[in-house]
Amino acid sequence: MNLNGQLIAAQPAPGQCLRTFLREQGCFGVKKGCDAGDCGACTVWVDGEPVHSCLTPAHRAAGRDITTIEGLGTDAVPHSMQSKFLAAQGFQCGFCTAGMIMTAASLNQAQLAELPRALKGNLCRCTGYRAITDAIAGLTHVEAPNGHDFGRSIAAPAGPNIVTGTSSFTLDVAMQGLLHMKLLRSPHAHARVLSIDTSAALAIPGIRAVLTHHDAPTKRFSTARHEIVTDDPADTRVLDDVMRFAGQRVAAVIAETERAAEQGVQALRVEYEILSAILDPEGSPHTLAKLEGGIGNLAQGLAEADATYEAEFTTQRTQHVALETHAAIGWLDEAGRLCLRSSTQTPFLTRRALADLFDLPPEMVQVEAGRVGGGFGGKQEMLVEDIVALAVRRCGAPVQLELTREEQFATTTTRHPMRMRVKLGATKDGTLTAIGLDVLSNTGAYGNHAEAVLFHACSESVAIYRCPNKQVSGRVFTTNIVPAGAFRGYGLSQTCFAIESAMDELARKLGSDPFEFRRRNMIGPTDPMISFEPAPPDVQIGSYGLDQCVNAVEQSLAACATNAPKGWFQGQGMAISMTDTVPPNGHHSCVTLSRAEDGLFDLAVGTSEFGNGTSTVHTQIAASVLGISPANIRLRQSNTDLVEHDTGAYGSTGTVVAGTATLRAAEAMHARIDAGETGPIATHGVYDGSRRSVSFNVQGFRVAVHPSTGELRILHSVHAADAGRVANPMQCRGQVEGGVAQALGSALYEELRINAEGKVTNPTLRTYHIPTCADTPRTEVFFADTHDSTGPFGAKSMSEAPFNPVAPAIANAIRDATGHRFLATPITVDRIWRAMQPNLKGSHTS
Amino acid sequence: MNLNGIEHVALPRNRAELPEWSPGTAILAGGTWIFSEPQPSVTHLIDLTGFNWPPITVDNQGLHIAATCTIATLNRFAAPADWLAADLIQPSCEALLGSFKIWNAATVGGNICLALPAGPMTALCSALNGVGTIWQPNGTTRELPIIELVTGDHQTSLHPGEILRSILLPTAALHQRTAWRRMSLTPLGRSAALLIGTQDAKGSFTLTITAATPRPIRFEFPEPPAAETLANAIEAEITTTGLWFNDIHGAPDWRRHIALNFAEEIRQELTA
Repeated sequence: MNLNGQLIAAQPAPGQCLRTFLREQGCFGVKKGCDAGDCGACTVWVDGEPVHSCLTPAHRAAGRDITTIEGLGTDAVPHSMQSKFLAAQGFQCGFCTAGMIMTAASLNQAQLAELPRALKGNLCRCTGYRAITDAIAGLTHVEAPNGHDFGRSIAAPAGPNIVTGTSSFTLDVAMQGLLHMKLLRSPHAHARVLSIDTSAALAIPGIRAVLTHHDAPTKRFSTARHEIVTDDPADTRVLDDVMRFAGQRVAAVIAETERAAEQGVQALRVEYEILSAILDPEGSPHTLAKLEGGIGNLAQGLAEADATYEAEFTTQRTQHVALETHAAIGWLDEAGRLCLRSSTQTPFLTRRALADLFDLPPEMVQVEAGRVGGGFGGKQEMLVEDIVALAVRRCGAPVQLELTREEQFATTTTRHPMRMRVKLGATKDGTLTAIGLDVLSNTGAYGNHAEAVLFHACSESVAIYRCPNKQVSGRVFTTNIVPAGAFRGYGLSQTCFAIESAMDELARKLGSDPFEFRRRNMIGPTDPMISFEPAPPDVQIGSYGLDQCVNAVEQSLAACATNAPKGWFQGQGMAISMTDTVPPNGHHSCVTLSRAEDGLFDLAVGTSEFGNGTSTVHTQIAASVLGISPANIRLRQSNTDLVEHDTGAYGSTGTVVAGTATLRAAEAMHARIDAGETGPIATHGVYDGSRRSVSFNVQGFRVAVHPSTGELRILHSVHAADAGRVANPMQCRGQVEGGVAQALGSALYEELRINAEGKVTNPTLRTYHIPTCADTPRTEVFFADTHDSTGPFGAKSMSEAPFNPVAPAIANAIRDATGHRFLATPITVDRIWRAMQPNLKGSHTS
Repeated sequence: MNLNGIEHVALPRNRAELPEWSPGTAILAGGTWIFSEPQPSVTHLIDLTGFNWPPITVDNQGLHIAATCTIATLNRFAAPADWLAADLIQPSCEALLGSFKIWNAATVGGNICLALPAGPMTALCSALNGVGTIWQPNGTTRELPIIELVTGDHQTSLHPGEILRSILLPTAALHQRTAWRRMSLTPLGRSAALLIGTQDAKGSFTLTITAATPRPIRFEFPEPPAAETLANAIEAEITTTGLWFNDIHGAPDWRRHIALNFAEEIRQELTA
């Protein structure tokens, strides 16, 4: 074949797809998002026609011209579509970008005129598609640096590499002698492994090792990564003899090829003793954590109310669906150190966990992340690194484990499904007298993040309201189901759905406008924040823009001129949310800044980049302090060799914690330069995340619902965010739009289904529908004009938070349109239809 | 994805070169489904593209579509002006869940033989009296209406080793007036109901229901039925037998409602 203008003589294996063959030729820009033709990240051209290379039999490429992103254009001579994606910054994590550009660059005028349809085979989980469609339309959003660049839309430093497919994600490295791992997974939700016969597997040529629970450390750990190790129960073994969910690892086969490893897995013979499985948290005897508290007296508050509302809400199991699946490569370096390159949000915490697990001194373990292809909390876990490390130590050779999309869906982590009982009361004038919340959370088979998510779920969602009587209780149980874990919003999206839906209903009962009702009852800038307990003393309202956000959404909806088609129902809805800017119990960041001999500055930070845009913000902060262009800052990141410690990129801390450390290093540098120091200078900045503020988000929708079919159309979407002083408006807008899109997925479409045997039944993107370009409305985005007293240059975090008010806002709009209150998500079209049937029992109450 | 269990891919250029069929053999057309899922039981592939069948042939019988004709090629077909029913081709291609890039590889025959309830080529060919030509492993050939070829969700009446060679859409069917309706849970998602109505010059009326049922179901009337007649026929054939399809792409009660509505809309459109 002719690959990007070069003749290739290599022959593919029988049954090999073009995607992996091209990667073997070094074309790492050809990505695996799904390996099933759904996501488009592997798009290449065959004789000029775009195809999904994961579905293209490699043998058919013989004699053809193949063009990959690497052959489309280079940094020096880019294709016009690559330049457009740079100018509009049509990406966040960048994992989908090569496929997106290869698709966009192939479109004719008719397809461009119907872009949502043309892009239906290209999924992006980060952007919400607005930045991508703007890029294809040729708009420019990037601003040129002027030396005062904090607060301006400065381009991401990785941009040129992203659009040319040369940005190095986890597996985009060539390594000599790389071995491949495949995992045998439990078919049973609860079982004891009685025996594993490995003899047939070991006899297969090319197999180097089979690992079972006999080979694994007896020590237990939590897959969750937190600064404080004891935040999560140590309940997980690398390989266990008890299976607690269908899909748990039973054994690992390491072989010279993926093919041999897969054959090895099929050759393993396992005897199980099947144990009784618990699938419903109501029946689970295993309480992991509970909380109870509040102020005043709920019963008294309800008694004083003129109107009350009480209902039980549920939220489903959803998945992050980062485009890059979990993956890691491990090896031993010349010094004998255990080295891991992994798709992780927490390289330093993962190093600490591995050192502890294998009884190694921390300096004998190195962990790095390349560019990470999306996180959303899913990579605040150690889900592959432990077993790769075990295999590297056993084989003494480099080992790679790449999860399939099916494994990602069925065996990693999900959002915590919750059942929430809400009781509200208010007086005639619209003043809240009572808030009751009782939460039952199902954490699945292991306790990673179980307690922390429960506590967070029960905090800001209640504390945003001023009310004399609050009673909050919560419990989290284990069940024999794929574990839940950290997920964007960290519990708040679930309780926000329940409380904001209930507030809407209560306002209706009082005949009050939902905006007016919120204004009357939401906290002001000096109110205490109280839920099951008062907010910890390190949390303060460092800036307050909630009022601005509520007003902006109200005005935008009022100004909207788009109305439902004739004969359709129309409705509007809104919801509010609050989020702490930093997680509790300390979040640490260390930064090193050095002036090099060439006059440029090297900035080393610990935090990962997965599309959150913090790399850009670091360069903006340092450059602003030093009064130079961000282009003069060389950034290195996410490697445990670079700095002393970094808690990681979770809890939306990239800008406010790591950014503060960068600010301090830059200020020290500036002082020393001012003092006339010459030659190389190195400064350090550290920050412990000890001062925390709150950010606010308000979402509004106008919708149309077809009375006969239940079809839903979003006529208007508006989001207002209080992010303090916005570090990079282009990027922050992208975070908001991406959060809205992802949340619309869980509000309207997404649901990981579990059958009676406890197995995930829809582990593919064809059966687990995430929003495409055609599903995602353009969202108007407003930023409040505030300046925070805790964050760098007045900034607050804004990554997770936009997700939280979206589901209740759309549920409230659908309620307004149809008269039916949805107590569960996802609100699918068939469920909307059923709720509207007069003689059928729908999922609504009144 | 890589199909790591495949030991051999045969690329016959003519029927004589077809390898003998054995269990573990799968027929490879576009590959857009086979390569989208693990195929642990498949060890051999027979790649049909080596035959180089002309994708589309028109003669006095009608439109011959090779099984290996891609969706993209079918979509580009410029039909004679009096083939009114050719208007169904573009929406049927667009009803495919896969993107236009999938169209460049996915085939008409592959879509039919995959036998998904929502297969739009199954819908198109069933509604237009399509007849499949089938190569049997003993070297003979048989013909089978497409409506009888797809028998259920992922089920066909093909015997092991049989290969769908082509589909003929007869001229008479292509001359009919048609009406087309489709619904999905998401704007461009997998079809939850796809209905096609046809009416010939003499007034005979057919309705083909797909996607809402596990297999295509066809209703034929010598003259346009009354609303109640059509609805009763649908309820008798599908509702009383519990055939409304139930999967993640739509609840069966909703599919019934949508299909009955669409059926009536189609009836009115064609009888107007």
